[in-house]
Amino acid sequence: MTGSNRKRQEIIGNLRLLWKEPLLLVSIIAIFYFLMIFVLFPLFMVFKTSLIVDKQFDLSNYLAIFSKKYYFQPFINSMILGVLAATAGTILGFVFAYAITRTPLPFKRFFRMTATFPIISPPFVIALAAILLFGRAGSLTPYISRIIGEYSIYGLGGLVLVETIAYGPIAFLVLYGVLQAIDPALEEAAMDLGASRARVFATVTLPLAVPGIASAWLLVFIESMADFGNPMVLSGNFRVLSVQAFLQITGMYDLSRGSTLAILLLVPTITAFFIQKYWVARKSYVTVTGQPTGATIKRLEWYIKLPTYAACILFTGIVFLFYGMLIWGSFQTLWGVDATLTLHNYVEMFQVGKDYIIDSLALSTLATPITGILGMFIAFLVIRKKFIGRATMEFVSMLTFAVPGTVVGIGYILAFNQRSALFPFVLTGTAWIITTLLIFRNMPVGIRSGIAALQQIDPSIEEASTDLGASSNKTFRKITLPMIAPAFFSGLAFSFVKAMTAISAIIFVVSGRWNLITVAILGFVDNSQYAQAAAMSLLLIVIVLIALSIIQILVGRIGKGARTVSIVN
Amino acid sequence: MRPDYLVLRSLVKVFGTGENTFTAVDNVNVEVQEGELVTLLGPSGCGKTTTLRMISGFEIPTSGEIFIDGEDVSTTPPNQRPTTMVFQNYALFPHLTVFENIAYGLKIRRDSKENIRKTAEKIMLLVGLEGLAERSPAQLSGGQQQRVSLARSLVMEPKVLLLDEPLSNLDAKLRVSTRLEIRKLQQRVGITSVYVTHDQEEAMTLSDRVVIMHQGKIMQIGTPQAIYAKPANRFVADFIGKANFLEGRIGSLASRNEIVLDIMGQKFQVLVQPDSFSEGARVLLVVRPESVNLEPKKPDTLTGTVQEAVYLGSQMVYEVDVAKNIITVEVANPQEHLVFKAGEEVTISFQGKSLHILPYEEAH
Ligand SMILES: Nc1ncnc2c1ncn2[C@@H]1O[C@H](COP(=O)(O)OP(=O)(O)OP(=O)(O)O)[C@@H](O)[C@H]1O
Ligand SMILES: [Mg+2]
Repeated sequence: MTGSNRKRQEIIGNLRLLWKEPLLLVSIIAIFYFLMIFVLFPLFMVFKTSLIVDKQFDLSNYLAIFSKKYYFQPFINSMILGVLAATAGTILGFVFAYAITRTPLPFKRFFRMTATFPIISPPFVIALAAILLFGRAGSLTPYISRIIGEYSIYGLGGLVLVETIAYGPIAFLVLYGVLQAIDPALEEAAMDLGASRARVFATVTLPLAVPGIASAWLLVFIESMADFGNPMVLSGNFRVLSVQAFLQITGMYDLSRGSTLAILLLVPTITAFFIQKYWVARKSYVTVTGQPTGATIKRLEWYIKLPTYAACILFTGIVFLFYGMLIWGSFQTLWGVDATLTLHNYVEMFQVGKDYIIDSLALSTLATPITGILGMFIAFLVIRKKFIGRATMEFVSMLTFAVPGTVVGIGYILAFNQRSALFPFVLTGTAWIITTLLIFRNMPVGIRSGIAALQQIDPSIEEASTDLGASSNKTFRKITLPMIAPAFFSGLAFSFVKAMTAISAIIFVVSGRWNLITVAILGFVDNSQYAQAAAMSLLLIVIVLIALSIIQILVGRIGKGARTVSIVN
Repeated sequence: MRPDYLVLRSLVKVFGTGENTFTAVDNVNVEVQEGELVTLLGPSGCGKTTTLRMISGFEIPTSGEIFIDGEDVSTTPPNQRPTTMVFQNYALFPHLTVFENIAYGLKIRRDSKENIRKTAEKIMLLVGLEGLAERSPAQLSGGQQQRVSLARSLVMEPKVLLLDEPLSNLDAKLRVSTRLEIRKLQQRVGITSVYVTHDQEEAMTLSDRVVIMHQGKIMQIGTPQAIYAKPANRFVADFIGKANFLEGRIGSLASRNEIVLDIMGQKFQVLVQPDSFSEGARVLLVVRPESVNLEPKKPDTLTGTVQEAVYLGSQMVYEVDVAKNIITVEVANPQEHLVFKAGEEVTISFQGKSLHILPYEEAH
């Protein structure tokens, strides 16, 4: 039999199998349809719109890229911001990860938790805290002015600071996994052969961590380039793509230009994503399994301890300073004018923001379980079933992860503000547009944790259970479910946090009728009502923490308490 | 050849702090001669690796000293000690080629490029890695990886070579051939080595001397023959090979170096070290299964009942019940001997010189 013949046979065989499970077939088709409508179609619409000027096909937007300050400057600015924040964040993350995996730093749990805290809080609260600390009426501004003279937190410098704090923790998590997976015996072997600690680091630790460092760098680059909340609050005259696209569309009603800016944003982030996923990941020498490896090194020289410990203390200090500032700021009568402590902000926040809070909670609560179940189901299909288009399904569903929120948001308003042949409903202005956006934007995380969990379950474990007399129903309940439950719930936890703190895509699809808490906070900031903004940010953080604890307890019940929810995989 | 090339003096390692301490190595004293290969042998968790890691400098002794070639290295950091280690999982640098792995230490030492190439090539020839220089460790078989690891350590010409279960990741057949290779190589290079294993066969075939450890303490140090024939205590006798234990009493002293032993009412005359036992003392006798003879039952002898008889081709293995003591007997060459069946009554006997006498101790 020839190769192509065999291939055809296999395809026919698979088709027959599918035919025998009509329910599966229907679900696969449905999932493909949804992915097409809610992932690909919006992207296509952004691209199409960028090519249409005055209802005519026109390349002028792209031809103007290099001549117009409009496009070129924000593009360069975004790239500069991305590169600087990625570099700073990666260095920070590496030092932190090194301290935690390779030194006897005391209170490691405390340092780790503080360092990862920015991940579960809405990113732009860091920009808000930066204003409270270093803005025109900032608490620390007088002292700093005395040292470095006049300065402005608005602009590139402030943005790099804020993005580093917001996304450095992602680099930390990646590098923590990588450094933990490097066998300490390798470093011992090098030392045994005569290398000093510095030499071991340069010739063994660092080269082995390079792919991880590249991954971390690219991820922070993607996140800070695609970030909308922080630059919206803090960019000042430093124009970046995400904010410019938003202003073009909501301020100037120029969909075409907005779309072009969005495409300019999409190109570098998606390139970085592919480099990360398909190239860097493949070059890796270490497989991150999450299994901690043996001993840490004794006899550490002071010249390693001193700077790493100092960096850890400094960064955790900064995190405390920033979030502490939010609390302090939320009790001030009028920021920068009247520092009398008051509860008034909380009262006002509830009066003005009640509807926002309710909407946010309702829509996130609606979207979260759907995200989780759909994610787990797609993971199940991708891992355990064979069908044509399996790889495509995985690819498309992961795509939203790499696409900046701004692009998705613009795509949604373009795609769903009228009926189309593909999708005969208008969603703009409804709760559905927000919900579907939350679902499809957060699904990749659910899929990833689902895939990881399912891959871990050796089919022989399930077979062993059946072999010992359990029915397949019972096997699923007693064996499979408890094993995937932790991944499922950490997927849930993550998508809830993401849904509650989302802003970049959501801001395009909110409406008078359905609005969200993050948008309200941004509104307060826009009006310079910093104290109210701080109060509401804190409320949001508290809600997220409560939700995480509830899910943690649920996992404890179902997963027999052995595993804890990990927010980031 | 100095007899005290490597000296471990009163080495102690205690892990943990406060209430929760654990003594992994307990007052270990060893002297290793130049060019000698000494194995540390003992059950899992007895402190072999910990001892080795103290010699290499990765663990700091809680107390005690380590001397290499007369020099106190107790506080020398691992990278400045004249030792190199072959790791259990090889610890090959995955981002470097075979050649670069082997040249690593030489480079650190700042040998000249030319010299590095020559030395590395020589050692690769020696261990049989020619032609693999440019491979990455991931492209090697387990046995080849093991050889790279060995070459990487040997090329440094350390004063002491340390090996921590270097063969445990190889399959059984390869383990046997590689251990012969290691032994030949060690003797050819004449390198002083400390070898950790929990496989007694490996220890017996490889070593000049064996150190038996148990719960952090040294039970016995000696040549493989001495340890097998004259175990110092019940643990060693039990741990090395198979042993039958019998209780006895010194009946009377026939002369200064001859005693009469009373084993279950039967008398045996045995030659011993002069003045080593006193009349009437309770003793423990060690008899190896191959030293026991079986005959059809005769009066006035030690008799028992065959409980089990297993034919293994090259030998017959019996379990004989002698007044509730189960004695294992191995008879080589079954074709040339009488074969007994389960239930038969037999007489067991052994020669005085194959009896090893220990002071009495309870079974553990
Ligand atoms: N870092 C440590 N902290 C606490 N206890 C330790 C540590 N390292 C080893 N131990 C304990 O010390 C004892 C001796 O360990 P060691 O690794 O030396 O055993 P080993 O003889 O090499 O055993 P194996 O044959 O299983 O490798 C063990 O009980 C072990 O649990
Ligand atoms: Mg060991």
